Amino acid sequence: MQPFTVHTGLAAAMLQDNINTDLIIPKQFLKTIHRRGLGRHLFHDLRYRADGSEIPAFALNREPGRHASILLAGANFGCGSSREHAPWALLDFGIRAVLAPSFADIFANNAVKNGILPAMVDPEALAVLAAHAGELEVDLTAQRIRAGAAEFPFRADPWARGILLEGLDEIEQTLRGIDRVEAFEQRRQAETPWL
Amino acid sequence: MSARTLYDKLWDSHVVESREGGAALLYIDRHLVHEVTSPQAFEGLALAGRGVRRPGLALAVVDHNVSTRDRRAGIKDPTSRLQVETLEQNCQDPAFRVPYIPLLDPRQGIVHIIGPEQGFTLPGATLVCGDSHTSTHGAFGALAFGIGTSEVEHVLATQTLVQKRARNFRIRCEGVLPKGVGAKDLILHIIGRIGTAGGTGCALEFAGSAVRAMTMEARMTLCNMAIEAGARTGLVAPDEVTFAYLKGRPMVPAGARWDAAVAAWRGLASDPSAVFDRDLLIEVDRLEPQVTWGTNPEAVVPITGRAPRLSEAAGPEAVAALQQALAYMGLAEGQVMRGVPVDVVFIGSCTNGRIEDLREAAGVLKGRRVAGGVKALVVPGSGLVKAQAEAEGLDAVFLAAGCEWREPGCSMCLGMNDDQLQPGERCASTSNRNFEGRQGRLGRTHLVSPAMAAAAAVRGCLTDVRELL
Repeated sequence: MQPFTVHTGLAAAMLQDNINTDLIIPKQFLKTIHRRGLGRHLFHDLRYRADGSEIPAFALNREPGRHASILLAGANFGCGSSREHAPWALLDFGIRAVLAPSFADIFANNAVKNGILPAMVDPEALAVLAAHAGELEVDLTAQRIRAGAAEFPFRADPWARGILLEGLDEIEQTLRGIDRVEAFEQRRQAETPWL
Repeated sequence: MSARTLYDKLWDSHVVESREGGAALLYIDRHLVHEVTSPQAFEGLALAGRGVRRPGLALAVVDHNVSTRDRRAGIKDPTSRLQVETLEQNCQDPAFRVPYIPLLDPRQGIVHIIGPEQGFTLPGATLVCGDSHTSTHGAFGALAFGIGTSEVEHVLATQTLVQKRARNFRIRCEGVLPKGVGAKDLILHIIGRIGTAGGTGCALEFAGSAVRAMTMEARMTLCNMAIEAGARTGLVAPDEVTFAYLKGRPMVPAGARWDAAVAAWRGLASDPSAVFDRDLLIEVDRLEPQVTWGTNPEAVVPITGRAPRLSEAAGPEAVAALQQALAYMGLAEGQVMRGVPVDVVFIGSCTNGRIEDLREAAGVLKGRRVAGGVKALVVPGSGLVKAQAEAEGLDAVFLAAGCEWREPGCSMCLGMNDDQLQPGERCASTSNRNFEGRQGRLGRTHLVSPAMAAAAAVRGCLTDVRELL
């Protein structure tokens, strides 16, 4: 996984609350058996008409959204299904950070495991960031967002921050300490043999 | 030791080690696997040269993609077929060897229906699945939650998972549910009260006399939709109802082991003096049948109610969101819900695809006909539910009423197979999500109970089922 320390890029704004994973990547694209290739289907039903043509007003069909690597969103972003296809689609499009007042739990976990930062930002700051024309700098080390001369703090889950800064492979980390899992299993076998 | 909640006890008994940032490595006792969220996990294992650490603790089945029509005809859509075949191959791979229930096996069904049915789900266990409705299994006093595919891979490789501890949120439901009002109405009402993010970061424990009086299947409906309130986990303390449901099921311990297990399970309930981070009292005595009017599950009103008016929205953003939801749903502001015409009725899903749900719907449909122009789909949650319903003659009731009686699967809850709404079609659905496009692009979903869905089928419009009882 690619570590996340400081990221600079353009931002697209979709500031409505409760953007769910069905909207991020609709069901018909969950049939893939691969992680890549979902970027062109990101926000499919909001982005394309039934005939496949683009809906010009949609944030990702305009500049700078077309080249955005940061998404600004409303509260409870990523609610709904556990589909990791949602962060896969965001990542494949090029999104490395989502800035929102709050996130759904499963989505936030899934994002972190794919090197995407879910950064919690106050709505007032989001409004200023959405109005900013140039690039944003998202600094996870300092937990600050810079937009020209303006600067805002953000909150990140301490566990998520650690994983992202290091680009940690959690499976590798767990396997290195597998003796502790084995010890747990022995105790479990003695105490709850029915499991 | 100080007083602990049910959630605290489940958490404490599964911590293998602490991790940085307030996280912990949890041992996972049970892992349900399906075709949609697992292929990339198995691929990841293969690429890293890793195997499945404890295949015997997993159980795989296909449900999301499968056709609910004639099974022997196979799956027409090549991408759906590839996903189903990929799961079969992965389960048979010598490096993985995961127990698998094939499509033509009578036990096949929706993961969250077959887990409890087989006794795979047990109190006191941790249970995960790459599906957000895994909260269903919390009805047994299991710590059960939905995970993403990277987490599926972590569980397959290590039988553990890194998690953050949740806060304790108790919802005490006191009183007696009136006639025509059930667990689905109660959970919709709760989501309406606390909102779709009201339970974020929390484990919801459903308690109180109304929950104690519920069957296991009703408790599963309740816990199933905890995630629609933002909570990954819903919980009910195990009791005699739980033990009676479990006893004798295929994967449940027997003999001395059963006695020892039950003794341990009796100690799981929250201690009387346990402190909850949040506590909410819901009085159920005057609860009415519920129906959603909008595009997320908190947009819910009693069937005697109406959609909100724009003047009731607080602030310009709320007005815009309300306008968007009403326009999508094809409703006027303030529109009365009773009498809104429906095109489709869907009875099924992991929320309401169990035998009691089908009995409830059949009770309303018996001796009646589905209204002209309405398509009514009844999809049992598993092959065993289907067989039970047929043994009771429920299939005959549905067919005589003019419903379609289908093979088990997730079906129109999310429309990954060919059971989908057409643009503009309106559906009274017993499923769990009314998001835009959920049941088909531009489809309109009203979430209701099985009895309410059946009533809508009979009258051809959203109907107060109490008029038909």
